Amino acid sequence: MEILIQQLFNGLTIGSVYSLVALGLTLVYGILHIPNFAHGALYMLGGYITLSMMTLYGVNYWIAMFVSIIVVGLLGVLLERFVFRLLREAPPLHDKIAAIGILLFLEAFAQFVWGADFHTMTSPYGQVVNILGLTFTLQRLLIIVSAIAVMVLLYLFLKKTYTGSTIIAMSQSREGASLVGININKVAMLTFMISGGLAAIASSLASPINLVFPGMGHLVILKAFVIIILGGMGSIPGAIVGGYILGFSESLGATYISNDYKDIIAFILLVIILTVKPTGLFAKGER
Amino acid sequence: MLIETKNLTKRFGGLAAVNNVDFSMEKGRINAIIGPNGAGKSTFFNLISGFHRPTSGTVLFKGIDITKLPANEIAGLGISRTFQTTSLFDQSTVLDNVIVGHRLRTKSNLVDAILRTKRLKREEAACRDKAMEVLEIVGLTESADRIVSSISQEEKKRTAIALALATEPEIIFLDEPAAGINPDETEGLTELIKKLNRSGLTICLIEHKMHMIMNLADHIMVLNYGEKIAEGTPKEIRRNEAVIKAYLGGSASA
Amino acid sequence: MKILTKRNGIIALIIFAFSFPFIAQNDYYLHMLTLSFIWAIAVYGINLLSGYTGYLSLAHAGFFAIGAYSLGLLTVKAGMNFWLALVCACLITCALGFLIGLIALRTKEHFFAIYTLCVGYIIYLVIDKWEGLTEGVRGLIGIPAPGNIGPITFDTAASQYYLVLIFLLAVILIVYRIIRSLTGRTYMAIRNSEDLAQTIGISTMKNKLTAFVLSTFFAGLAGALYASFIRFIGPDIGSTAIMFDLLMYLLVGGIGTLSGPLVGTLLLVILSQNLQFLQEYRMLIFGPLLTVIIIFYPRGIAGAFFDWQRKRKDNTLSGVRGELHIKAEEG
Repeated sequence: MEILIQQLFNGLTIGSVYSLVALGLTLVYGILHIPNFAHGALYMLGGYITLSMMTLYGVNYWIAMFVSIIVVGLLGVLLERFVFRLLREAPPLHDKIAAIGILLFLEAFAQFVWGADFHTMTSPYGQVVNILGLTFTLQRLLIIVSAIAVMVLLYLFLKKTYTGSTIIAMSQSREGASLVGININKVAMLTFMISGGLAAIASSLASPINLVFPGMGHLVILKAFVIIILGGMGSIPGAIVGGYILGFSESLGATYISNDYKDIIAFILLVIILTVKPTGLFAKGER
Repeated sequence: MLIETKNLTKRFGGLAAVNNVDFSMEKGRINAIIGPNGAGKSTFFNLISGFHRPTSGTVLFKGIDITKLPANEIAGLGISRTFQTTSLFDQSTVLDNVIVGHRLRTKSNLVDAILRTKRLKREEAACRDKAMEVLEIVGLTESADRIVSSISQEEKKRTAIALALATEPEIIFLDEPAAGINPDETEGLTELIKKLNRSGLTICLIEHKMHMIMNLADHIMVLNYGEKIAEGTPKEIRRNEAVIKAYLGGSASA
Repeated sequence: MKILTKRNGIIALIIFAFSFPFIAQNDYYLHMLTLSFIWAIAVYGINLLSGYTGYLSLAHAGFFAIGAYSLGLLTVKAGMNFWLALVCACLITCALGFLIGLIALRTKEHFFAIYTLCVGYIIYLVIDKWEGLTEGVRGLIGIPAPGNIGPITFDTAASQYYLVLIFLLAVILIVYRIIRSLTGRTYMAIRNSEDLAQTIGISTMKNKLTAFVLSTFFAGLAGALYASFIRFIGPDIGSTAIMFDLLMYLLVGGIGTLSGPLVGTLLLVILSQNLQFLQEYRMLIFGPLLTVIIIFYPRGIAGAFFDWQRKRKDNTLSGVRGELHIKAEEG
């Protein structure tokens, strides 16, 4: 029983990270229909920037994370402006390839600047706490709380502000949005910025309990794709729910099935979903 | 009857795009389906050509139930269609686009391709001949070697019709063949459709250009909100109260 | 005359390829070329599916690994004759390709890419974790070189080069014949518009599946040749890094062109060999290169060359037609 609760808590932690990454991915997909394979590299970069700010400049964890959000967010804007905008009318194959190119570059770049080694990030919240028989580091609690806070803020932004509502409008219909005078280019850049920012938050939160290395985004991005297919490509609640579902399945799978194969769970899940429903769960009607 | 639909219905979610439509098309006639935007005309085409599964009802071709057949098998029976957007391959020539239209009447497979068998060579020649034949019918012999991206919208429409003809159909469904082309060209296209009909082909078209329909069709069905509100000759349709109301009261897009 | 010169060019290239072992100063170049030919075979496989049929598969490094491991396990662990093992390796890859294709091809576009990416990853993970069978990260060592056929042996660099070259030429010939045939036209019709292909009576699923299986066959063949050439394989050959390498060879050379896979593979393999100092960081250059190519030259070097050729021909031929065209548009 204790193991179960412990694992559920772990699932909540991992799920929070997955949800944040998947949110960024789903926002971009919802608006521009780009499966952004480079999103994992943005995640990785976010981790490195936070780490460097802390180790090189001795900056506080939160400020380091803030810098990371800004830098990765701006990088997202650059990608939209100088890559994906040029490919908006191109066949769907092209933006996928372009994203892969960016991914390869960013990984090589990280390796060039920071080396191929694994780094640990020490957060100021490494204390072990004991609540109701659960043992965990404060950082894990922090991940859950911060992730939920970010999601609530994002929700408020999308629902309650004008700028946010333009993003929603455009995800529903690009033509419609442009008819009512929404500047598509601006919204696209903004979306990429938020998406990059979310990736940076996710990796900055997760790095203290994982490791920072050039390939750290690989599995995360693949799983994020699984999540948004699970939750419906472009769906925001879907990304959140899907993230937690995967988090729980993995932490339970690791305990009760096999730790070696826990990473495979996500992909088996995806294979099953797409086998049963080739257009993903929650496809938007028929063509 | 060449084609008959019985109680044909298609719902998307709760909305009926096509609702209980009975319609029959006689061999050798030019049939037309008209109606305001969103009346379910294209959905009706999609149901007959196998792109959508109807929610209920049946489609008969020469008395055979084809409701559940996949689109490619329906094409094989001799039912062909064009789309509103021509979706031709832009980077390739007109001829190359049309050649593949006769593929369904050939049998050569991967092994034939790798071994370059006699059968393959014979069938390739047959496809090429067929393509030239249909290009001549639509009047594009001269343009056969031009790249599709360099030809006009009207020529693209003709190419799409040629492609449909290459499948050797008994009936051809044309989805807004005259959309996006000028009045002179529309005239030419009308002539082409008449010519195809004279050669024995049954035709069914969706069109917004009322003038063209009235002077072309033998038999018209009017759809509104997915339901058949009238059917008859152009003369009858012009006088029909329900039709006038639908067009004047609803969106006057025609 | 035009066709004659093109044909002569190809013949000259083939003669050059066959005489290369006599010209090459040392085995290093032979080794490098042999390796690029092997990669090129896999890239031709990807091209058939992604370039001509329009389905971007990200699982082909996985199929490459399946071919390699099948050969490795059959020869090392089961002691099977090399040639029999080669045939079996290809058959195993095709069988798995058939099963995976059957499901994967129900999905389209983004879903297909993501699906195959995940399938590739599953293949990699299985190879990596199933130590009882594959030896996991330790890898499989002692894979035999191709066995002799009668008096012909394959123990020198030159003989292996010839063996791989012949396989490559066979693959190119097969792909050439397919794309020029009605079958190839069918694939391209599917790439262009699956809906349109169906309305002209093409069974899209059947055709996509044949293209998929054949493309996995090429990937598996390349993997098996790789295993017997390098004599050692590890799970990494099924990784996404290899997949992206193959994709890059295809894109730089020219996706959907016949010469593209060979041009891209040779160019990039030779380039990265000569930029040894860059080895680890070559993606700093190749990554942006990939992105720039897809934006400005979506059909790679080969495509850009053909466009240039066509433009030159058009300029001399259709000046008059161009003028007429403008007039027609005004009128």
